[in-house]
Amino acid sequence: MKRHWPVRMFTALIVAVTIALSSAVFAAQPPTAAAQEGFVPVSRTAQQETIPAARLVMIAYGFAWVMLIGYLWSIWTRIGKVERDLHDVSRRINAGGR
Amino acid sequence: MFMAAPFLIDGAPYESTMGLVQKIFYFHVPSAMTMFMSAIVCGVSSAIYLFKGRASADRLAVAAAELTSVFGVIVLVTGPLWARKAWGVWWVWDERITSTFVLWLIFNAYLLLRKYGGPGSEKLAAGLAVFGMANVPFVYWSVNVWRTLHPKTTVVPTLQAGMRGPFWFCVLAFLLFYVLALSARARLESRRAELEALYLAIEE
Repeated sequence: MKRHWPVRMFTALIVAVTIALSSAVFAAQPPTAAAQEGFVPVSRTAQQETIPAARLVMIAYGFAWVMLIGYLWSIWTRIGKVERDLHDVSRRINAGGR
Repeated sequence: MFMAAPFLIDGAPYESTMGLVQKIFYFHVPSAMTMFMSAIVCGVSSAIYLFKGRASADRLAVAAAELTSVFGVIVLVTGPLWARKAWGVWWVWDERITSTFVLWLIFNAYLLLRKYGGPGSEKLAAGLAVFGMANVPFVYWSVNVWRTLHPKTTVVPTLQAGMRGPFWFCVLAFLLFYVLALSARARLESRRAELEALYLAIEE
């Protein structure tokens, strides 16, 4: 039976390792401390940004959506394939029994 | 619920030190919580399979391991996107982040073992899943025990009213998605078992 999941898993692994390795590039910059104990809400954010937060937030949400929808689609296609195989095998068994 | 979540998140207040980028929190933390829950489901099911030999528990474990991997990818990608803005770096090899990465690797190892381990790999993989589950409390408590840049476990219980609602709404959405995906994936494994039984019947 052909399964595509390991290929996707390796792709995901490569993405994660790439992200991890990219840390070496940015490691020269000292990490800055952000809220650790608790979050304090405010109504407005700073106007000037050196790193655009909106783009990072959009990528994060887009990625999560694509992963979840992609995973559902992968289950859907795999179930469809197994159902077709089950149908074919059942038909062969029934034909052989006659 | 996933359609409504962005509107609730958009209406939530900004965090004072991190601003807009903190809104990644509403997907990042529920993904991590779901990943932990999935690792526990996989570990418990694997233990049941090891000690009681129930095939249904093994099928549930495979489904949960795959979902641990999926939610792990979301956690490990959304986390660095948040870190880039909040800390100025994509990745830090601190205890929380490294242990989460190791947890994700353990469950990927489980899936690889199931796929390529050959006959008998189910029990080996089940043992691996039990140890993977044992890693979950260490990952959770790591931020409180070691010095780390990552926000501590006190963040969620102390969330202010405007942040609390959208956060728990997202947690519920992720958990419902998890239950639906887990049952669908377990059904797939069950149908595969039926197919293999039929193939064996033909060979005999």
